[in-house]
Amino acid sequence: MAAQQQLGREHQGITLRGSAELVAEFFSYGINSILYQRGIYPPETFTRVQKYGLTLLVTTDPELANYLNNVTEQMKEWLYKCIVQRLVVVISSIESSEVLERWQFDIECDKTAKDDNGPREKSQKAIQDEIRSVIRQITATVTFLPLLESACAFDLLIYTDKDLAVPAKWEESGPQFIANSEEVRLRSFTTTIHKVNTTVAYKKDSVP
Amino acid sequence: MAQFLFEADLHGLLKLDTPIPNAPPARWQRKAKESGPGPSPVCVSPMKPANRSHSSSKTPSKTPGKSGSKIQSTPTKAGGDRYIPNRSTMQMEMANFLLTKENDPAEESPTKKEQQKAWAVNLNGFDVEEAKILRLSGKPQNAPEGYQNNLKVLYSQKMTPGSSRKNSRYIPSMPDRILDAPEIRNDYYLNLIDWSSQNFLAVALDNSVYLWNHATGEIIQLLQMEHPDVYISSVSWIKEGNYLAVGTSSAEVQLWDIQQQKRLRNMTSHCARVGTLSWNSYILSSGARTGHIHHHDVRVAEHHVATLAGHTQEVCGLKWSLDGRYLASGGNDNLVNVWPCTQGGGGDFAPVQTFTQHQGAVKAVAWCPWQMNVLATGGGTSDRHIRIWNVCSGACLSTVDAHSQVCSILWSTNYKEFVSGHGFAQNQLVLWKYPTMTKVAELQGHTARILNLTMSPDGTTVASAAADETLRLWRCFEMDPIKKKEKEKANSAKSSIIHQSIR
Repeated sequence: MAAQQQLGREHQGITLRGSAELVAEFFSYGINSILYQRGIYPPETFTRVQKYGLTLLVTTDPELANYLNNVTEQMKEWLYKCIVQRLVVVISSIESSEVLERWQFDIECDKTAKDDNGPREKSQKAIQDEIRSVIRQITATVTFLPLLESACAFDLLIYTDKDLAVPAKWEESGPQFIANSEEVRLRSFTTTIHKVNTTVAYKKDSVP
Repeated sequence: MAQFLFEADLHGLLKLDTPIPNAPPARWQRKAKESGPGPSPVCVSPMKPANRSHSSSKTPSKTPGKSGSKIQSTPTKAGGDRYIPNRSTMQMEMANFLLTKENDPAEESPTKKEQQKAWAVNLNGFDVEEAKILRLSGKPQNAPEGYQNNLKVLYSQKMTPGSSRKNSRYIPSMPDRILDAPEIRNDYYLNLIDWSSQNFLAVALDNSVYLWNHATGEIIQLLQMEHPDVYISSVSWIKEGNYLAVGTSSAEVQLWDIQQQKRLRNMTSHCARVGTLSWNSYILSSGARTGHIHHHDVRVAEHHVATLAGHTQEVCGLKWSLDGRYLASGGNDNLVNVWPCTQGGGGDFAPVQTFTQHQGAVKAVAWCPWQMNVLATGGGTSDRHIRIWNVCSGACLSTVDAHSQVCSILWSTNYKEFVSGHGFAQNQLVLWKYPTMTKVAELQGHTARILNLTMSPDGTTVASAAADETLRLWRCFEMDPIKKKEKEKANSAKSSIIHQSIR
């Protein structure tokens, strides 16, 4: 498999494993950006890194980083198996535990990629350009999303295929929808194997 | 056999909601039959006016006998009865269609499974049959306690004043004067400026105190601490303006004579820095970082006459009421205490009121000059509210969200207004009308948060010290010259009347 991956890189194409890695990496940076931009954690617990030609902020809190890493690793595996349908970042108020914001990443897997082993024709640069524009949009959402007045916590939900055996440490959950929400669709990107559509839903202001 | 027939008839009669089988046709039925040109009299187009039969055979069949008799007794009016005189405007078929359609699911004739699926997708946003929602058990830990979203302060700012009412007087939006205050300590909990009745502005800059004479503009360095690590944490003028009390970070309270420029006393009773001072004739009250407030009688050797223990954290706001009956104190424990001037029955001081409503440190404390029992307090960054209290009843008279840290409040003596100094994001002074609590003006200019406010003895000018190392003087309570004259005239007239009466 490693040899194939090597081959894929050389040909400037993309393999299933490479695609899974790219998408999982995108989720890691995307979630970090959301947590920073929405002020879920104090800004001083984030550090700057260069990625996708952007300066992104990544948490330095060891416990949070570990949690995100666990999820990302699991996502990578499921992406590779093409059994994941959606990743949702749920932001809810700690006090009332009301869901205030819901970041939804719909994943369309091209399941035929599991069978044919050849790499797809799309350069890593083209994919990264697409990812960059999605991350830029996440950063820009602060301007229109309503202010999170109370202290908030976040949760990650992953929609998988029905026949998946639930791994240890994981549990089933409800969809945690927002009552009376407004939705904004962001850009999407594709690795030709995985396509990710991003939408953010937020609670409508009670006062119009 | 006959009895069975009879039974069936009886059943039929008892069932009111089915048409009577062998009753004569109702008049509407007969009429429909006669008038109906087409083969199906029931199915008449809704466009045809004044024809009752288009309400279909369903409705009348519910109470057939009744409807028949009713129609017979009423005078025949085109297409109407007593209750609904005109049915022609009703679109019965349309209504019927809409009514039945509403209860139908989206598809024409869905199988039960498909229908359930559609419902599930609509309700859950995903198909239960095909997906599973998983989450890693155990939530990531929440943000640390007390952390507040920075965006909150940034995005809840309001530029326009709350009231658009035209102001009757001119308030200059620029400061009258800007003075440099190098090395002023950017510490919210200190009280570093005070303006005396003799028109001296005392400013504590790190470890020295300077006096600025407002009349002549000359500057005197009053004192400098011997030890370089010790800084001045508070200054306060006695009412007469000839003595200045100075609190230091080494827990001392010093008394300085301005004429001689000499230290008169050094009073030590605290064990932490003295962040705030307030005078009540010969009693000097000092609040320290320990949360204790001490009363010093400056006339006697045993100066420490009382200890008020009502705060658990640093006392940063302290003010005696103008009549000297109450002392108001605000602390970093978000409490406001109002103390009496004499101790209670047990010999201990206990607060007459404790206000717990503020959510942040209370530094801004000010007594209303024209209503003796009204107190204004303002909270720090996590609170940002100005509250007005009646200290006799303990009632909160009004509350206003200032959208920014409140560092100081001063009441105007010339107008029914007060001014508040703020921090992030606009570092402005806000003039408020009392009791309506509407904004009169916002004075902007400071580039860092305001630390203290003090007012000139004539009540026209407010001095603000800010973390941008400047002092700005704002002539925001300038008296209208005409009004001023009238007031003076009124005063003189009054005195002359008194004079006459005495004579």
